[in-house]
Amino acid sequence: MKSFNRRDLLKGAGVMLAGATLPVSLIEMAFADSSRNFTFAYISDSHIQQIKGNRFVRNWDRGLIRAVAEANLMSPRPDFIFYGGDIAQLGKKAEIDHGLEILSGLRDKVYYVMGEHDYYLDLGEYWRSQLGPDHYSFDHKGMHFVVLNSILTYDDWTHNRWASGEERMGVMAGLDDHRGSPFMVGAKQRQWLQKDLAKVDINTPVTIFSHSPLQKIFRNWNFWTEDAEQIQALLKPFRKVNVFYGHVHQIQYNQIGNISFHAAMATAWPWPYPQSNARAESYLPKLTVPMNRADPFFERDATGWQYIDIHSGNATMHFSLPDNAPRTVAFNPATGRPEDVTYQKHRIPPQFHY
Amino acid sequence: MGIKTVSMVVLAAAALFATTTLQADEFTRADLDLWQSQYQAAVKKGRQVFTDPGLGTNGVVCAQCHPNAANTHPETYPKFQKQLGKVATMAEMINFCIMNPLEGKPLALDDPRMIAIQAYITEERRGVPLAPGKH
Ligand code: HEC
Ligand SMILES: [Fe+2]
Ligand SMILES: [Fe+2]
Repeated sequence: MKSFNRRDLLKGAGVMLAGATLPVSLIEMAFADSSRNFTFAYISDSHIQQIKGNRFVRNWDRGLIRAVAEANLMSPRPDFIFYGGDIAQLGKKAEIDHGLEILSGLRDKVYYVMGEHDYYLDLGEYWRSQLGPDHYSFDHKGMHFVVLNSILTYDDWTHNRWASGEERMGVMAGLDDHRGSPFMVGAKQRQWLQKDLAKVDINTPVTIFSHSPLQKIFRNWNFWTEDAEQIQALLKPFRKVNVFYGHVHQIQYNQIGNISFHAAMATAWPWPYPQSNARAESYLPKLTVPMNRADPFFERDATGWQYIDIHSGNATMHFSLPDNAPRTVAFNPATGRPEDVTYQKHRIPPQFHY
Repeated sequence: MGIKTVSMVVLAAAALFATTTLQADEFTRADLDLWQSQYQAAVKKGRQVFTDPGLGTNGVVCAQCHPNAANTHPETYPKFQKQLGKVATMAEMINFCIMNPLEGKPLALDDPRMIAIQAYITEERRGVPLAPGKH
């Protein structure tokens, strides 16, 4: 497995950012036949937030602008860029427009997934008018990619509870708002997925992009997809599956049967791990070595982007952390699961998450 | 039991009642209800302030980064905060977050909103052992 050094990938980044580190996840997929190996970048959760008129929250703008600038400096170029959802904070046109304007600076093809912050104001109408369908699939270098809208919820909640789209969006935007409702892919898209996968050979590596984790971690904060098991069952026949998701604003990874799960950091702000909410039970995958707690005095800390290398359908996820050593989580064929290449084996005493 | 002993017991009991009316009594139901309702009102107000886009100047709210007030660690205060160069109280870190991510003006320490935020944060962490000085 080829190990990329961040400096190789981001030639010139140091010049521009004065030794700064990176808010991107770069993902490399690799095959025995190395011509099929490739890399893509993953940017997620920018939460562009309008203050008034053309004024937007500076902090969130800066996170996305930085990710775009750094992704453009990657060398070799990524095959494409994936955006993991939550462009906007409250789903407003002005926020989506402002976010897409910043993202339009990217030099590579960008694929998008819908986040709940893009959806619950107008049920995704404006997002779809700008970016097209919210679920679709494509093939790339012998792999099959599927994008799902995983942030739907019960029809009754969506249609019958709220006086306005603003009210509905406001409730769903509050991660800890107890009036919220669990995310789901839903029966209609599951049927579509089943049909889509029916034409794919089981030896073809399948990669799914969703906004919420297609595994159940913490229901209170919607680190959760209600029909996760049903989706996992549809993916079970395939030899190798990768699931990439946003929404959680933190490093998470897991292995369930044939499926490797990888979460992305946000460009906007990091979230506490669920276990730091002392009053509720949660299920952070045991495998995950958590990222360090964020330094509030350095506003970009614990935000970032990532790049991903694909080898033989397996993903190596590179996290770039502005104030900490970068981290790499790679599939370990010996154990059959993703592992942090530095911290998994020699677990240093982890920071206590009070 | 003779008549004499009975009257002594009565006398002793009378003396006991006389002193207890002068000393602290059991808390009454009314006391308990008052404390609870006043405190819960502060907690409720604290949650409102914690999710109030008007607290700062940019519409950002505390709950955006601290769902269920997680990662505020009230049990660790007071503690040494390297970046402030001193032992700080939680109120100082609350003001730090108001001034920075919320781009707002710091609250006075006795501002009812400051007190309410602390009530809400601490209520979310009830049951967690005190760990003063830790991070
Ligand atoms: C942009 C995200 C963000 C926002 C918005 C934010 N904070 Fe923070 N805050 C942080 C981070 C990150 C930390 C450090 C957390 C840690 O130490 O694990 C922090 C730390 C704190 C701490 C100290 C925690 C400790 O362990 O010492 C308190 C108290 C706090 N915030 C309260 C608030 C309050 C009250 C608000 C709203 C006025 C607020 N924060 C808004 C990101 C934020
Ligand atoms: Fe998000
Ligand atoms: Fe989200």
